[in-house]
Amino acid sequence: MADIKVAAYICKGCGLGERLDTDALVKIAQKDGKVPMAKSHDFLCSADGVAMIRNDIDNEGVTHIMIGACSRRAKTEAFYFPSNAVARANLREGVIWIRPDTEEARETTQEMAEDYIRMGCAEVKAMTAPGGNPNTGSSKTLLVVGGGVTGMTTAIEASKTGYPVVLVEKTGELGGMAGKLYKRIPVHEPFKSPADTGVADLIAQVMGDSNIKVYLNATVAKTDGAPGRFVVDIATESGATHTEDIGAIVQASGFTLYDMNKLPELGGGQSPNVVDQLGLESLARAAAAGDGVIRRPSDNQPVKSVVFVQCAGQRDPTGTHLAYCSGTCCNTSIKQAMYFKDANPSVDTTIIYTDLRTPGNGEDFYRSAQEKGVIFTKGKVAQVVPNGAGSTVKFHDLILDDTEAAMADVDLVVLATGQVPNSGVDIFAAPKESEEGAVEVKPISILNLNYRQGPDVPQLKQGFTDSHFICFPYETRRTGIYTAGPVRRPMDIAQAREDATGAALKAIQALENAELGRAAHPRSGDLSFPKVRLEGCTQCKRCTVECPFGAIDEDEKRFPVFNESRCRRCGTCMGACPVRVISFENYSVNTVGAQVKAVDIPDEFSEKPRILILACENDAYPALDMAGMNRNEYSAFVRVIPIRCLGSVNTIWVTDALNAGYDGVMMMGCKHGDEYQCHFVKGSELGRVRMSKIDDTLKTLNLESERVRDLEVAITDIERVPEMINKYAAELVAVGPSPFKGF
Amino acid sequence: MSANTAVAEKYRNNFLKEIEEQVEMGDWVKMCMQCGVCSGSCPTNFQSAWEHPPQELFMMIRAGKREEVLTSSSMWNCTSCYNCIVRCPRKLPITHIMHGIAEYAHRLGMAPKLQPTRFFSGLFWKNATKTGRVNELKLSMGLYFKDGLGAGIKEGMKMKDVALGLMKAKRLNPFEIIKGHACKDQKGIQAMLKKAYEIERSRKAAKVAG
Repeated sequence: MADIKVAAYICKGCGLGERLDTDALVKIAQKDGKVPMAKSHDFLCSADGVAMIRNDIDNEGVTHIMIGACSRRAKTEAFYFPSNAVARANLREGVIWIRPDTEEARETTQEMAEDYIRMGCAEVKAMTAPGGNPNTGSSKTLLVVGGGVTGMTTAIEASKTGYPVVLVEKTGELGGMAGKLYKRIPVHEPFKSPADTGVADLIAQVMGDSNIKVYLNATVAKTDGAPGRFVVDIATESGATHTEDIGAIVQASGFTLYDMNKLPELGGGQSPNVVDQLGLESLARAAAAGDGVIRRPSDNQPVKSVVFVQCAGQRDPTGTHLAYCSGTCCNTSIKQAMYFKDANPSVDTTIIYTDLRTPGNGEDFYRSAQEKGVIFTKGKVAQVVPNGAGSTVKFHDLILDDTEAAMADVDLVVLATGQVPNSGVDIFAAPKESEEGAVEVKPISILNLNYRQGPDVPQLKQGFTDSHFICFPYETRRTGIYTAGPVRRPMDIAQAREDATGAALKAIQALENAELGRAAHPRSGDLSFPKVRLEGCTQCKRCTVECPFGAIDEDEKRFPVFNESRCRRCGTCMGACPVRVISFENYSVNTVGAQVKAVDIPDEFSEKPRILILACENDAYPALDMAGMNRNEYSAFVRVIPIRCLGSVNTIWVTDALNAGYDGVMMMGCKHGDEYQCHFVKGSELGRVRMSKIDDTLKTLNLESERVRDLEVAITDIERVPEMINKYAAELVAVGPSPFKGF
Repeated sequence: MSANTAVAEKYRNNFLKEIEEQVEMGDWVKMCMQCGVCSGSCPTNFQSAWEHPPQELFMMIRAGKREEVLTSSSMWNCTSCYNCIVRCPRKLPITHIMHGIAEYAHRLGMAPKLQPTRFFSGLFWKNATKTGRVNELKLSMGLYFKDGLGAGIKEGMKMKDVALGLMKAKRLNPFEIIKGHACKDQKGIQAMLKKAYEIERSRKAAKVAG
């Protein structure tokens, strides 16, 4: 640590000067923080205050800055010193705003502020200014996998923005699923009739764009590298392989209809006159090419009556078929019923549904179908019995509660089976035991990623690609690889086109950030990246297995190989590493460990317990800040340290804290599991798994299990978090002071 | 061939079409989306008073349950409070459709004969058109004796005190039972009504004939 010069600045604005003894804080920084150059300022974020800091950087050679003022989430533009290491002591939201302004509270409030100054000084000394990832690539080309509506829209949107595109399509023609439709659900006023699909126009745009290179009959044979420097092998039908340099990838591999042959009770596969929705589209296309009359496949007679069976093999609670609603089939059946009614109003069309779901402007479309005479029957179809050319549809009428309801002599039955994503290999699936004699059908990989964790992007339990549903819908768990369209969740053409546009722009951001050595979301723009001391590594593989983003590969000797551009900077690897050789320049085992140790622990007779809070910076820490803004008070005995993710928590911090005499440790992280809210997807889950083993540590220290508390906190818990803190502080009084104080 | 069998023959299985063409506002039935707000809003539908609430009647029409719909007493329970019309998210004129179906069932002779609303409506009409003025004494007594002599006396005795109070306040004249008051030009009224009947009959006949 050659020639670092630290300076500490303490702000007196926003009431800090009145509520706290700032002169004492300056002395604490000098004496305990060992920062001789400590100053206070009446209004630190003002032009004058910032100029003072800037002057010290330029003329006094200050390299490390500790700012004792507001939360690190506030005034980020004013306190922006990119070439310096900066630590922030949260005296405003973290101290004076959460403490009552009373004489008796003054002492503990001051102690709180003093500890945060000590922590800030200790932290900043353990940091260096992040320099940015040097291992970058500068390819600006976007790879789009899939030539359907989503893929073509992505290509067109990216090209319009000025980025070259390589589009890979498995089949011999563009258009995908939408290309097989006769017409589409309307997206413009007055939403009354099926509309042209617009696919021909999209194909013309793609083929006419010199910025878009199209490979037909082609698949992705291998994807290597990282954002900004992917190297992708494209295999074509002729056997030739083309290699492309790619900056970012959008996977738009779409969906397949759920196989109706799995529904023999509904007549699937039992009669040519029972078709799925795609089957009806081809009948309608054949009719449009001929005399406009949709004919029964078995004997080519005009269809006089048709029944649409909604939720066929969907929303199935038994687990046999799809558990979810595909969200598009109701509108599709309405559209298809109109194919009949628009051509010949005397054709009987009945849609049997349990809950008609018509998103978007589908409600107008639904009403239009009713006006055209489509009959909607609320019921659950039990059985379709093909009987010669006709079929009998037996159903439970849910309004009349008639379990014996039936429609006989139906010419054509259309099953609304749902969307099944084409998401490739489920890389985390448990290997299945193959049954004797059964033909094993292995899913084919879409991307063939040359990643340690597997060839495709991770999936949710229903097979759709995993992404943070609320905050980052297109981002997969592979940085620089985005999914859009029905591979991500069931959707129709309109939604897929929106998705495509979003994903294109996100992919462009990713490749631009990658070139500059910066992180993609959620720590967008972060220049820090994981550094590893390989000489200390024991090749335990925890980091390579646990990384939620598959950023770490392994070399032949099983040492981790970090692909910094794939990294999201969550620090899960750092938390996982048992020998603690992984760190970030401004976030490491040391930066947090130094803060833990910097806190002044009063002896057991003072009746001043100390509680360490490790709070996730995405949800828990903002919730604590907002609690301050709302003046929701909490105990003065807590000391909060923001962490990047619960996954980055190394157990050594907890052990150190308990050894140092803290009475308790609270860990605040996001919800995990199927409905996770963790910004790093698996971080909070992995962190919790790790922490579940903390009981052993407590036992060896001979401490009570209450000393460590794992809490699920959401960003909205502005009132709940202070309550949780106060409750825990009261509980710890009952447990008694830690026996480790004063050692 | 009765009126009923004639139309039944004409529409065969297509009861919805029959309702659309024959019932006032019947072309709205297809627009129901089965949300059930009408049934939940109906003040007379508590404790399952309606055998088939409106939403269910609409479904039965679509399902072709002709006999069950037209002989039902349900739509006769409507008191025209208009709550359903106000609340229907699809803006169906449910009150009018209920009256329309009731009227159609009556026209075909399929409505339940002694359903009180239907009975009272007939009674009121006869009473009012006979003299051009409503004879309240005869009207209420007619309703009391609907179910026979014994039931009528029992019902009359129940209302005895009210009747005596009305007589004291000179709001009820017992001698109305003999003849009762009438409007000046009784013959004119009768002629007018006769003409109106004729117009309606020919209109409806034309409708049935298509």
